[in-house]
Amino acid sequence: MRLKPICILLSFVVALFTLSSCEREEILIDSDAFEVTMPEFTDIDGFYLLNEGNMGENKASLDFFDYTKGVYYRNIYSERNPNVVKDFGDVGNDLQIYGGRLYAVLNCSHKVEIMNAENAVRIAKVDVPNCRYLLGHKENVYVSSYVGPVQVDPTAPKGAVFQIDTLSMTVKGSVEVGYQPEEMTIIGNKLYVANSGGYMAPDYDHTISVIDLETFSLIDVIVLDNAFNLHRLKHDSMGRLWVSSRGDYYDKHSTLLVIDPISKSVVKDMQIPASDLCIVDDIAYVISNEWSNISGDEAVSYAKIDVKTLSVIDDNFIKDGTEVTIKRPYGIMVNPITKDIYVCDAKMYVISGTLFCYSKDGVLKWKQKTGDIPSRIAFKGNLKK
Amino acid sequence: MSNLIRSFSLALAIVMPSIQCRAQEQNDSEEFLDSIFSIQEVSIVEVKNKLIIKPQTLSGPQLHNLNSNTVADALRYFSGVQLKDYGGIGGIKTINIRSMGSSHVGVFYNGIQLANAQNGQVDLGRYSLDNIEEISLYNGQKSEIFQTAKDFCSASAIYINTRRPRFKEGKNYNIVGQLKTGSFGLVNPSFLWEQKLTDHILLSVNTEYTYANGKYKFRYKRKALDGSLAFDTTATRQNGDVEALRGEIGLYGYIPMGKWNLNGYMYISERGIPGAIVNNVFKHGERQWDKTFLGQGAFEKEISDFYKLKINSKFTWDYSNFLRDDPKELYLNNHYYQQEAYLSMANLFTLKDWWEVSCALDGQMNKLHSDVKDCTHPLRWTEMVSLATAFNFEKFSAQASVLGMFVQEHIDSKKAFMKSPNQSEFSPAVFLFYKPFDNIDLKFNGFYKRIFRMPTFNEMYYRDLSTNLKPEFTNQYDLGLTYNKTFSHPFFDMISCRADVYYNEVTDKIIAYPAGQLFWKVLNLGRVKIKGLEVSSDLMAHIRKLNLKWHVQYTFQKAQDFTDKADDFYGDQIPYIPKHSASTSLNLNLQNWDLNYSFIYTGERYSARENIRSNFEPPWYTHDLSLSKDFTFKKVECKVAGELNNVFNQAYEVIHNYPMPGRNFRISLKVKL
Repeated sequence: MRLKPICILLSFVVALFTLSSCEREEILIDSDAFEVTMPEFTDIDGFYLLNEGNMGENKASLDFFDYTKGVYYRNIYSERNPNVVKDFGDVGNDLQIYGGRLYAVLNCSHKVEIMNAENAVRIAKVDVPNCRYLLGHKENVYVSSYVGPVQVDPTAPKGAVFQIDTLSMTVKGSVEVGYQPEEMTIIGNKLYVANSGGYMAPDYDHTISVIDLETFSLIDVIVLDNAFNLHRLKHDSMGRLWVSSRGDYYDKHSTLLVIDPISKSVVKDMQIPASDLCIVDDIAYVISNEWSNISGDEAVSYAKIDVKTLSVIDDNFIKDGTEVTIKRPYGIMVNPITKDIYVCDAKMYVISGTLFCYSKDGVLKWKQKTGDIPSRIAFKGNLKK
Repeated sequence: MSNLIRSFSLALAIVMPSIQCRAQEQNDSEEFLDSIFSIQEVSIVEVKNKLIIKPQTLSGPQLHNLNSNTVADALRYFSGVQLKDYGGIGGIKTINIRSMGSSHVGVFYNGIQLANAQNGQVDLGRYSLDNIEEISLYNGQKSEIFQTAKDFCSASAIYINTRRPRFKEGKNYNIVGQLKTGSFGLVNPSFLWEQKLTDHILLSVNTEYTYANGKYKFRYKRKALDGSLAFDTTATRQNGDVEALRGEIGLYGYIPMGKWNLNGYMYISERGIPGAIVNNVFKHGERQWDKTFLGQGAFEKEISDFYKLKINSKFTWDYSNFLRDDPKELYLNNHYYQQEAYLSMANLFTLKDWWEVSCALDGQMNKLHSDVKDCTHPLRWTEMVSLATAFNFEKFSAQASVLGMFVQEHIDSKKAFMKSPNQSEFSPAVFLFYKPFDNIDLKFNGFYKRIFRMPTFNEMYYRDLSTNLKPEFTNQYDLGLTYNKTFSHPFFDMISCRADVYYNEVTDKIIAYPAGQLFWKVLNLGRVKIKGLEVSSDLMAHIRKLNLKWHVQYTFQKAQDFTDKADDFYGDQIPYIPKHSASTSLNLNLQNWDLNYSFIYTGERYSARENIRSNFEPPWYTHDLSLSKDFTFKKVECKVAGELNNVFNQAYEVIHNYPMPGRNFRISLKVKL
């Protein structure tokens, strides 16, 4: 009979379990607001920031900074779009504002998300397989993709540039380009796209495909002999292309090349590693975290290049010593009005990143925790294009 | 009347070997004879060792009455175990014991370690319970000293023993056929043939075929902040099909004062890899083919009262083909070939009845070859030496062991920084046991162990984000007690309780993050401190002819990341480790009927290092039911069983974005000649 207390105790445990089995409702995660700085009033009233999130985690997220309040809002997408099944998506890759709309490219969700640029509310979703980068031009936006719709050799698929009509918000067509195309830029009526061949290692691609936008067809290919694994592609005020080569991670180092698209020749090899760059008012801001498979180490740099003279004018634009607190610079953007510099720190990829805001003199103004792997910034406001 | 009850409970204790009756064995240090020739065919599990700390064990009917299809499912009922389950019948299932990580778990199949030098993980979902007789979990190591050096090598170990042939008197063969079917389009026939070849040589042949389309409904439902429905979607899991063929053959021989066995094992499978469910992607196209052939042999003999010898050997050939042929993705077709050879000699010297010394020498070779671009083909040699001693007294026992492990690795990569330097490490372990009272079955035990594991080939050579990985060390301190009591009582038959507190420290912990079912990111996370508490209790009782068995266990784990004070998440709980987890099962037996209910609870967890809202994983719990009946039809013994799992159709995820099946069922018919 002295076992009775045990019985009571045990029945209590059972009851506890039974109670705990009541179903709990899962609630969407809302945004967090952080006052990070003083309000600022220019023609640019805010920016969106894309956090990539890791593959398979479905943790791409969208942040917004309101200049007029100095407030940073983290993770706004689910709050603005509660009815989208399984949130924003898997692995964000690009973010652009074009024609009053915010475009996000979600690589592993195989979609382009089209939102209202004012409030990030979804307008439409366009399926583009393995999409990478996006660029708007006239009535279309163009999206580079690792896989084109028709493949001669499915074991080594060629990439494509998809054309999406901004009115109907559907894919109008596509043009096959090189292997694993990345960034694009448009000069006049020609679209240039950098082919990486990142999945073809060690046989990386080293070409830039040229598409005529009048006919939407491939008209030319620029072959670069001393570059491998192309990634970033911009153009400057002189109509020259700036392309970054990621190298092979062994003895072919990352570099930045300036190319004349008319003569298809290299104007200058800047011999500077580049992970991301941003050209504003004839100054190229270049960050790098070059990985080496030989040393197993990363080399980090923050450089400023005068686009006109093609010379490095500063090999470290951060002047207050705070670069040591940046673990892995992953993205850079410069406010075209204030020239404030934004550096995205992806840290170790599996945790929240940090956004660093520097004044044009390279002094830290503020920093803010973001989502996982912050990478792209799109400014909102009255921007002249 | 009371005599009747006493004899009944005695019979019960014999017929139902389980945690309970194992615990009833008072003679902890007494050597048991191999039960192979026991007269009645009852599954008394052989206990031919001198364990000073009893493992957690599931065996015989108790094991088979649980709602479990695979070894992985059964392990959920043990304390301190976290199952990583990617869902469905083909999803990978690995376990993590006491938060030290799945690569620290040694899985021993019939005494020899199953290993995968490539990823360090054994997919326990591939081992069906069909022919399994006993599963035991040991924290630290099996606390006996007559074992291979490999047995001393892991931080915790699972021993899976298949059925050894045995025969009723006058019978020299057994034939068992079983067919299971149910949800996920499951068709699962199996066949067992046991034959007495001579009086001293027994043969066992076992084969099993599994097919399942792997389809199941899953649901995602979220509420918006204002309480309105945000979305509620139900879809069918795709590309989770499995087809597998398993074959095993064993020869078991008995010689004077010794025994030997030779086993062959074969596993061939094809499966879809269902992948993560993310926004806009509810279907994936990856597939995998596997072939494994394994041969093992063991020989054991008591050469004199002073000296015993045990020789073990194994050779494994393993092939795996991963194919991604999805028009949205980049094509990938990789083939992996692994070989492992292993030889061990263990020696036991009995110096006095209370004093034993052992020494074991093991050697192992692991090789991995693949056609992954730009990857190396590592070859690893491992030599292990163990020295151990045991003192066994009536009230007190102690064991001390030291293991020397020497690893040499050869690679052919340009990535020179990846090469791990040769390792030579010594790991000590001490196990203590104390039984203070003669007439009260209360026992205290404790252990200390320090051990390391090498990074796996995948961690070192096949991941984008892994460099200079260091071996991962664990220090374990454990204190526990067990209490058992049997009764001659109109209701209670037996009660047993067990409690353990422990403190583990993992340094240079290698944490792998799921970034897709087969893709992980790897970091030497640094330092983790784990404080844990495990309690479990078993109760056996009866009401007239109705027998009742109840098992309950609760685990508390505080596993904190103490890597870098500068990080915001310093002191946060490490990923996928719940603070609270528990399970309970209740078995009712009336004559030939068995009814089983079980409940499993896993508390809230985080899917990444930062304990923030976006990484939060809600708790999950399932209720399972099973019913079975034994009967004889024209002299053929038959058993029919039905299982209903996740009775309340809870939608849950063990791993982020890998939805688990809702309500599902299985029925089986077993016949025995």
